[in-house]
Amino acid sequence: MEAQAAARTPIMKPFVTEARSAVVPADSATKLQVRNLNFYYGSFLALKSISLDIPEKRVTAFIGPSGCGKSTLLRTFNRMYSLYPEQRAEGEVIMDGENLLTSKQDVSLIRAKIGMVFQKPTPFPMSIYDNIAFGVRLFERLGKRDMDERVEWALTRAALWNEAKDKLQQSGNSLSGGQQQRLCIARGIAIKPEVLLLDEPCSALDPISTGKVEELIHELKRDYTVVIVTHNMQQAARVSDYTAYMYLGELIEFDVTDTLFIKPSRKETEDYITGRFG
Amino acid sequence: MSAISPDNSVYVSRRRRNVVMLSVSSLALAFGLFWLIWILSTLLYEGGNALVRLSLYTQMTPPPGADGGLANAILGSLMMAAIGTLIGTPTGILAGTYLAEYGRQGWLASATRFINDVLLSAPSIVIGLFVYTIYVAQVGHFSGWAGSIALALLVIPVVVRTTDDMLKLVPNSLREAAAALGCPTWRMIMFVTYRAARTGIVTGVLLAVARISGETAPLLFTSLNNQFWSLNMNAPMANLPVVIFQFAMSPYDDWHRLAWGGAALITLAVLALNILARVLFGKNA
Amino acid sequence: MDFAFESVTRVFAIVVFGILIAILVSLVIGSALSLEKYGLRFIWESDWDPVKENFGALVPIYGTLMTSMIAMVIGIPVSFGIALFLTELSPAWLRRPLGTAIELLAAIPSIIYGMWGLFVFAPLFQSHVQPLLIDGLGSLPAVGGLFEGPPFGIGMMTAGLILSIMVIPFISAVMRDVFELVPPMMKESAYGLGATTWEVVWKVVLPYTKVGVVGGIMLGLGRALGETMAVTFVIGNAHRLSASLMAPGNSIASALANEFTEAVGDLYYSALIELGLILFVITTIVLAISKFLLMRLSLREGTRT
Repeated sequence: MEAQAAARTPIMKPFVTEARSAVVPADSATKLQVRNLNFYYGSFLALKSISLDIPEKRVTAFIGPSGCGKSTLLRTFNRMYSLYPEQRAEGEVIMDGENLLTSKQDVSLIRAKIGMVFQKPTPFPMSIYDNIAFGVRLFERLGKRDMDERVEWALTRAALWNEAKDKLQQSGNSLSGGQQQRLCIARGIAIKPEVLLLDEPCSALDPISTGKVEELIHELKRDYTVVIVTHNMQQAARVSDYTAYMYLGELIEFDVTDTLFIKPSRKETEDYITGRFG
Repeated sequence: MSAISPDNSVYVSRRRRNVVMLSVSSLALAFGLFWLIWILSTLLYEGGNALVRLSLYTQMTPPPGADGGLANAILGSLMMAAIGTLIGTPTGILAGTYLAEYGRQGWLASATRFINDVLLSAPSIVIGLFVYTIYVAQVGHFSGWAGSIALALLVIPVVVRTTDDMLKLVPNSLREAAAALGCPTWRMIMFVTYRAARTGIVTGVLLAVARISGETAPLLFTSLNNQFWSLNMNAPMANLPVVIFQFAMSPYDDWHRLAWGGAALITLAVLALNILARVLFGKNA
Repeated sequence: MDFAFESVTRVFAIVVFGILIAILVSLVIGSALSLEKYGLRFIWESDWDPVKENFGALVPIYGTLMTSMIAMVIGIPVSFGIALFLTELSPAWLRRPLGTAIELLAAIPSIIYGMWGLFVFAPLFQSHVQPLLIDGLGSLPAVGGLFEGPPFGIGMMTAGLILSIMVIPFISAVMRDVFELVPPMMKESAYGLGATTWEVVWKVVLPYTKVGVVGGIMLGLGRALGETMAVTFVIGNAHRLSASLMAPGNSIASALANEFTEAVGDLYYSALIELGLILFVITTIVLAISKFLLMRLSLREGTRT
């Protein structure tokens, strides 16, 4: 199993132990290359030399017990941490040949290319229509008709059009929690990003809404690279193609989801997914 | 195809506006600090000389053209502020205690809280007018007592508010722990919650003292002024703010100098009280 | 004992409750003479003549509202800028000292503002700024009338400017507090779409907190309306209605401060007390609205989580 994984890995850093290596699936190109990523909250080292490759147009899940650094890792991809002066990252996150972590990168552009959805729905205090249009207007000057089309397109992609089409001018808060979360996803895809980061998107939702969002994630991977953080192993197994297991700031194992859940190569992973720990 | 690129014209103009607006915001802060620095340096420049002269603290307020100090005004201010605080503090603490400890439900507490917040910002000159109509006009003369009452009325809302806020911050588990020992409510409040909220309440009292130390308007109609050293609370009483007002509005240069000295003295005292309150509270927060 | 303690605290709560009512009642009684004689006419009559004993409150009411409006026009944007700087731009270690410095503006006694305004600010304003305003804006068609006339130094414009400095700490403190109520995730969502700091604050934070922001503005307005000493020094104390902001005027509070102790005659007293009553009613309404709005915002916060 280890040999197999190594064989599939085109880039192998010598100081990365084999089991923690970055895997790249044979059937997909790499969208984000993470190399030797260290992350600090003040002086606390929260991510320890993480290296992995996020495959393009696939769903990659990060799992692990709370505090393992999975959300932190996600938030380095769109530089969300740089809002907070005491947080900093070292190493590389490479997209399209450029290291996103260097200071010459424009964070607004990075964030427009890499959308994010949060634990709780965060509709902006404006109408449903304007929630979608807000992001679009940041980069495009569209006429009324084009904007209407874009809003419809985004809401349709987020499987919300039928429920929302008659109340586009109502406040985003008038929707149910699950609908709000799909609105946030629609808002994220309306500006046509390349990557979507989902930070425990279902943790505040009921099972039915969760099901809808999971279906949606499945749909989205046709066009987008999706990275999802979840504390729910079943969810990772259901929606993702690849899964990374993290513990205490380290990447323990990264593999095809089925392999990781059925035949994990590391004892720690096995303990976690069989519930002997965590 | 993505519209997202560094030379996207919408993005370029947005980024420019961002830089402009954030610079304007920094200028707004500079604007605020500019006045603070200007006012404080004026005070030190104009009042500094007067402040270091001993006569400011030992001599009485003079007639125009004579040498003098502010001793009687300082004394009057201290006495009225002290009595105002002594009346206002217990009233405020007890009322605040009712709001936080007993009045959790029922209309009286929420209505009083609302009214108290309105009083907190009510124009102080109206408080002066109020004390004039209910007290000065009835007894027929201005007095130190009237001034103290007006100041007490300014202290009360500040103390009610901080007591209420601070008691509400005391965790319920502490109250339950005391009740579990069989402690009656009044003992619990006196010996547990007051103690837990002590620093906060003291801070509130300090801020209230700072506020009344500089208040002029309510004293104009209550204590008025007095040229002499007087300990009689039942007679008109000199006080710094009113003396500053009269001297500053006068045409005499030596009165102006004394007014600047008094202004610097009051401001330093008030700022010191404010900073003391902050340090005290900051250490325990 | 328990009951006694509770009763004592309740009595004092009732005392506080009663103060507001007592103020209202005493002012109504005090102004009975004037209320009876003039009725509602008092509000729009501009004649104020202690010698002939004829009193109308239009001039001080106008002065109070006008100076407060100038204070708001300047104070609101500046306070917003300060709150924006303190919540979004300031490095963490500077946040507290800068916030404290701005709050100290509120601690400076109002008489100091007045003295400084009269002796330091007004002369400079008269010689350097007012001529520019009068030349630059005085000839404009619609608003020109506001900036006409000779530069006196003191006047409604000066009073309004000084008031604006005095309300900045109140408004900016409330704005900063309500901005901090915005869930970080809400702001991150906007940043996550590629919004700039300005857009996050202007299009997300401000709409989210608008109820509280208006509450803070009302609090500042209440302060400005009732401010006495600072205005008394610099407004000029002229019982004359003039369209120009450069001209001296009068406000309710400064009329009281100047005239009350020297007033003779029951009607004169009564008219002054009625001025105080008007001021108290206006500020109480403004402050009640402010309090109500701020309460609504914190209620919403409470149920949100």
